Amino acid sequence: MVSTVWLIPAFPLAGALLNMVFGRVVGRRAHWIGVSALAGSFAAACAVFARVASGDHFTTTLFTWIAAGDFETSVTAYVDPLAGVMLLVVTGVGFLIHLYSVGYMHDDPGYARYFAYLNLFVFSMTMLVLAGNYLLLYVFWEAVGLCSYLLIGFWYTRKSAADAGKKAFIVNRVGDVGFGLGVMWLWTAVGTLDYTEVFARAGTLAPATATGIALLLFMGACGKSAQLPLHTWLPDAMEGPTPVSALIHAATMVTAGVYMVARSRSIFERSGTALEVVAWVGVATAVFAATVAVMQTDIKRVLAYSTVSQLGYMFAAVGLGAYAAGLFHLVTHAFFKALLFLGAGSVIHGMHGEQDLRKMGGLAPRMMTTTITMTIGGIGLAGVPWVSAGFFSKEEILAAAMDGRHWPIFLLLLFGAFLTSFYTFRLLILAFFTGPRMTKEVARHVHESPAVMTMPLLVLAVLTVVTGWVVGIPSGDATRFARFLEPVFPIHDAHHGGVVLLILSFVVVAAGFALAVYLYKVSPLDAPSVGAPRTPVRAFLLNAWYFDRLYDAVIVRPLFRLSDLAARRVDLGAIDGLVDAIGRAVVIWASGFRRLQSGYIVNYALTMLVGAVAVVGFLLSR
Amino acid sequence: MIEITAPPVLLSTVAPVLIVMGTAGLVLLLDLVPPRHSKDHLASLALAGLVAALIVTVWQWGGERRGFRDMVVLDGYVSFFNVVICYAVALVVLLSMDYLKRSGTESGEYYALVLFAASGMMLMASATDLIVVFLALELMSLSLYVLAGLFKQSLASSEASMKYFLLGVFASSFLLYGVALVYGATGTTQIERVAAALAGKTPSAMLVIGLGLMLVGFGFKISSVPFHMWAPDVYQGAPTSVTALIATGSKAAAFAALLRVLMSGLRVATPQWTELLWILAALTMTVGNVVAIAQSNLKRMLAYSSVAHVGYMMVGIVAGGAGGAGAVLFYLLAYTFTTIGTFGVITLCERTTNVEADEVSDYAGLGRRHPLLAFVLTLFLLSLVGIPPLAGFVGKFYLFGAAIRGGYVWLAVIGVLNSAIAAYYYLRVIVYMYMREPEGDVATWAPSFAGGLALTIALVGIVLLGVMPAPFADLALAAVAPLLR
Repeated sequence: MVSTVWLIPAFPLAGALLNMVFGRVVGRRAHWIGVSALAGSFAAACAVFARVASGDHFTTTLFTWIAAGDFETSVTAYVDPLAGVMLLVVTGVGFLIHLYSVGYMHDDPGYARYFAYLNLFVFSMTMLVLAGNYLLLYVFWEAVGLCSYLLIGFWYTRKSAADAGKKAFIVNRVGDVGFGLGVMWLWTAVGTLDYTEVFARAGTLAPATATGIALLLFMGACGKSAQLPLHTWLPDAMEGPTPVSALIHAATMVTAGVYMVARSRSIFERSGTALEVVAWVGVATAVFAATVAVMQTDIKRVLAYSTVSQLGYMFAAVGLGAYAAGLFHLVTHAFFKALLFLGAGSVIHGMHGEQDLRKMGGLAPRMMTTTITMTIGGIGLAGVPWVSAGFFSKEEILAAAMDGRHWPIFLLLLFGAFLTSFYTFRLLILAFFTGPRMTKEVARHVHESPAVMTMPLLVLAVLTVVTGWVVGIPSGDATRFARFLEPVFPIHDAHHGGVVLLILSFVVVAAGFALAVYLYKVSPLDAPSVGAPRTPVRAFLLNAWYFDRLYDAVIVRPLFRLSDLAARRVDLGAIDGLVDAIGRAVVIWASGFRRLQSGYIVNYALTMLVGAVAVVGFLLSR
Repeated sequence: MIEITAPPVLLSTVAPVLIVMGTAGLVLLLDLVPPRHSKDHLASLALAGLVAALIVTVWQWGGERRGFRDMVVLDGYVSFFNVVICYAVALVVLLSMDYLKRSGTESGEYYALVLFAASGMMLMASATDLIVVFLALELMSLSLYVLAGLFKQSLASSEASMKYFLLGVFASSFLLYGVALVYGATGTTQIERVAAALAGKTPSAMLVIGLGLMLVGFGFKISSVPFHMWAPDVYQGAPTSVTALIATGSKAAAFAALLRVLMSGLRVATPQWTELLWILAALTMTVGNVVAIAQSNLKRMLAYSSVAHVGYMMVGIVAGGAGGAGAVLFYLLAYTFTTIGTFGVITLCERTTNVEADEVSDYAGLGRRHPLLAFVLTLFLLSLVGIPPLAGFVGKFYLFGAAIRGGYVWLAVIGVLNSAIAAYYYLRVIVYMYMREPEGDVATWAPSFAGGLALTIALVGIVLLGVMPAPFADLALAAVAPLLR
C-alpha cells in the first residue's frame, strides 16, 4: 500500500513533467497545471499534518533504491512533527507564490518553463523534507540546488543572471563537497544512513568523529543557507524572478540547512563543539549581514541580506540547543519574508522593473494594498512587540541566549535586532512614505498589482500577524509550537526572558525605528546620497565587507591562472599527446581487425573452425 | 514390437509458447483473406498474441511446472526470459509496422516468422533437454535466416541472409555434435540427469570435447569472439527491425540455454569452462569495442558494440553463483530495452525517401532538426555507455560487482577499461548529432506512431531500471535460483 505521503511530491512532479513535455501546447495556460499541482500537494500535506498532529509518526518505504552488498538504501519517508511543519510551510507558501506568479510572470515568454521549474523545485524540496535517510537527503539537497540554479538563471539571455546562477551553483558545490564527505564518513562510522538507526546509534560515536561529521554536514548547511563564509551567492541570486526569490531564496530552500542541522541534532549534540560552531557562525552572519543591509539601495538586495541575517538567527538558536525556537523563526520568517519579497515584487511590477529605492517614494497612495501588507511584513521582520509573529520567534531565540547566560551572543543578537529594525523601516520609508522621486513618466503608470498578486499578499499578512498569537505565546513551560515539536525536540527547561527582555526588545526596535524616521523622514532627504560610499566605513558596508573582492583575489583569479597553465602546458602538451598516441594505436589496431573481416564466408567459417579447435584444445589441455 | 507409451502431456508448461505459436498460425491464415492493402491488423494480432503470452507468463509466475517427461519446465527463470523475449519481440513488431510500409516490403509472413522466432526463443529458455534446446534453436534460427533476407530486392539483405544461414548451419552442427558427445558421456540428454550422472566424477575427455563443441554453437548465437564474424555483415545487411530482433531476442534465448547448460548440467566442469570463458569474455569485450571504433556505419558499429556487450555478460557467467547469473539476467533486460531503442531510432530515420540513414554522418545536426528524437537517441547511447542513472550503468555495476566478489578482479578491470573505450564511439554519434554541421543528404524523421510508442516504452524501461533497479535485480536473483539447486 503506497502511503498518501507520496502524493505531496507526486503532484508537483507530475506538474513539472507535464509543463516540460507539453510546454509548447499549454503555453499561457501553464499555470493551471502548476497551481493546481501545488493545491493538490498542499491538500495532501494538510492530511499528513493532521495525521501527525494526532500523534501518528511513521516511516514508509516506497521502494528499495540501491542494494549493493551490505549497502542498502530505500526511498523512505520519515514523517514526524518536524517534517509536518516543514511540509505545510513549503507547500502552503509555495501555493501562494505559485498563485502570485500567475500575475507576475504574465507576459514572460518562458511561462511554461517557469512553472515547470517551480514545480520541480517544490517536488525536490518536499522530497528533501520527507527523506528518511542521508543519501536521499543528499540527492534532493542537490536537486533543490539545481532548481535554484535554473531559476536564478531563468532569464538566461541576461549575462548577470547567468553569472549569478553559476555563482550560486559553484559556491553551493563548495559546501556540498563537505556535506557529501560528511555523509560518507557517517556511513563508515555508523554503517547505515537511515535516520532511525543513525539517531539511535549517534550516542555511540566518538565525540571527535561526531564533531568531524557534524562540521562537514554544517559546511553543506553554510552553502545552502548562505552563512559565512559561503554567503556570497544569495545577494546575487536576486537576479532571478522575484517570486523565485520569495520561495527559494527566502522561505524554503535556504532554510534547508537549518532543517538539516535540527534533524541531525543527535550527531551535533554528541559533538558539542559542533553546536558551538553553529551558534557562532549564526551570530556572526546575523550581525554581519544586517550591517550590510543598512547600506543597500536595491530593494531586493536589502531583503537578500536581511534573509542571510535572519538565517543567522535561526542557526544561532539551533546552535544554542533551542531547536523549537529556531524552527519557529524559520516558519514566521517564511511568512513575513515571502510577504516582503512578494510585496517588493509588486512594487517592481507596478514600477515596471524599477528596483532602486532612491527612485521610489510616494508609493503609499498609489499602491494601497501593497503598502499595507508590506508594512505588516516589515513589522514582522523588525519584530515589533505583540503585533507580529517575528517578535515572538525572535524573543524565543534571545531568551534562549539569555537563559544559557551566553551574554556575548545575546548582546550581538540584540544589536542585530536593532539593525534589523533600522533597515526595515528605512526600506519602508524610502519606498512608500516619502515624496515621489520617480520621473513624471513613470509616476503616471505606477499601478496596483492585479488581485491574483495581492491575494497572496493579504493571506501572508494575516499569517504574519496571527501565527504569533496562535502558536507563539509562551504559556506554562513552552509555546504551543514547541510543544507540538516536543516528540522531536524535548523541552528541557522553560525559556523565560521575562520583563527585562521585553523592555530591551522594545527599546532596540524603537531605536531602530526612530533612527530610520530621523534620517529619512525628519531630516530633508537627499536621495543621491543614500547608499553613496562617501566614507571608507560606508564603502566597506556597501560592498559587503569586500568578501567578493577577497574571494576573487585569493581564490578565483589564482585558480584561473593555474587552470590556464594546466590547460596549455600540461593538458595540450603532455596529456593530449599521450592520448592521441593511444588513440592512433587503437585505430591502427582496429583497422587491422577490419581487414580480417574480409566479407568472404569461407574466411569466416575458417575462423570459426580455428576457434573451435582452439576452444576444444584449451579445454583438453586443462 | 516395442510398445510406445505417449508421455503425459501438460500443456500449461508451454502455454506462453503455444499462444505465440498459435498466433503465428492465425496470422498466416488471416493473411490469405482481405484486407490485403494493409497488414496493420496482422501486426496488431501479433501484438495481442505477445501481450497475451506476457499476461499468462506473469499469471503463472512462481512455482515450478514440468512437462513432457521433464523436457520442458516453467519456473521463475523461464518466466523472466519469457518477459524479456515478449517485450523485445513486441517492440520489434511495433517498430516494424511503419518501417516495412516505407520500404514496401510489408507482408503477413513477416509477422508470422517473427512470432515463430519468438516461440523458438521462449522454448529455448524453457527447454531442459538438450534435444529440445537444439530444436528450439533451429526453430528460432530458421525464422531469422528468412527474416534477414526479407528485403529481396536488396543485395545486402540477401547476402546477409545467406551468410547467416550458412554460418548458422555450420555452428548448429557443432552444437549438435557437442550434444551427441555429452549424451555419449552421460547416457542422457536431460540436463538435470546429465548433472546427476556426472556428480562427483572428474569430467571425461569426451564430455570436455562435447562441452567445447556446444560452446562453439552457443558462442555463434551470442556472437562471442571468435565466432562473431557474421554479426557485422548480418546486422548491416538485414532490415533494421530484424537486426534489433537478432541482437536482443536471439541473444537472450541463447544466454538462457547457455546458462542452464553450464550452471545446471555441466556444473561439474565449472573450473574448465570458467577459465575458458574468462579468456573469451576478455577477448569479446576488447575486440568488440576496439573494432567498433573504426566503423563509420551505425548498424555495423552497433553490431560490434553488441559483441562487446556479450563480453560483459560473459563476465557475469564467469563470476558464477546466483550473483553472477542474476547480474546476467538483469543486464539482458537492460540491454534489450537499450538496444531495441537504439535500433528503433534508426528505423525511424531515413536519408531521403526510402533510403535508410545508417551512416554515422547521416546524423549530423539531428539535434537541431529533431531535438526530441536526438535527445532520445542520446539517452539510449548513454545507457549503452553505462552512464547513471540509466539502465546500462546499473547493469554493468551488478556484473562487475559480481566479478569482483567472485574474485575476478582483473576481468572486472578489463571490463571497466573497455567501457571507457566504448564511450568514445557512442559519444561520437552524440557529437555528430549536436556539434557537426550536416552535409548532403541527412537523416530526417519519418513520423510513426507505433515506432514512437515503442521508443517510449523502451525509454521508460531504461529510466525505470536505472532509477529503481532493486526490485528487478531481486527478481533476476530469484529467477536464477532453480539453476543452482
